[in-house]
Amino acid sequence: MEQRNQTSNSISVQQEDFDPGVEYQQLANSQSVGAITTFTGTVRNLNLGDQVGGLFLEHYPGMTEKALQAIVDEAQQRWTLQAVRLIHRIGQLHPGDRIVFVGVTSAHRKEAFAACEFIMDYVKTRAPFWKKETTPDGDRWVDARDSDQEAAERWR
Amino acid sequence: MIKILIFASLREQLGCSQLSFEEGEYPSSLFALKEKLADKDDQWRAAMTSNRTLVALNQTMIRQDATLHPGDEVAFFPPVTGG
Repeated sequence: MEQRNQTSNSISVQQEDFDPGVEYQQLANSQSVGAITTFTGTVRNLNLGDQVGGLFLEHYPGMTEKALQAIVDEAQQRWTLQAVRLIHRIGQLHPGDRIVFVGVTSAHRKEAFAACEFIMDYVKTRAPFWKKETTPDGDRWVDARDSDQEAAERWR
Repeated sequence: MIKILIFASLREQLGCSQLSFEEGEYPSSLFALKEKLADKDDQWRAAMTSNRTLVALNQTMIRQDATLHPGDEVAFFPPVTGG
């Protein structure tokens, strides 16, 4: 069935883990889909040379959801997409845990790849989340990276 | 009344997560509000004048000045690091 101009999207900000397999199946359930791209971000056990024992994700309740919706809306304006799924976890996480999931479906791969990358670049620079990591030397706030800012700038 | 929220490292530096101003106690513009907060002490001045401090008005990031209205929510925070 043709689903042009009927994009569905779903955004979740949650403490609980998610299952990328289940998310994939939900994205894949339309026969008009020709391309599905997914990205899953996880917690690394090393940052700036230090062992990371845990990560706390703080956010701005209320604004977070609005900011993520604005990013998804913009992706849908730029590309012809069929569905977008965006999940971002909050609270206490540990190395190996999943943090973020982006899934995009489109008729063709080029749009699905681009939109998925765009959404991640904008989540990194425009959504109000802050990471505090636990290292052997104590807790520290993670600094924003210039490379993330540059990655977002190229979409302007 | 307007509500002011502060997040992450900025909240820890200032030792303050939230404050509010009643009608007549706050200036008419966002930039004037930043100036008023900067007058509290050196820590606040550093936070309000740093070009790393981001501002959201009613949960949308904003760089330019804006008029403040009753019920507005202003937030200050460091560059975001999610994803």
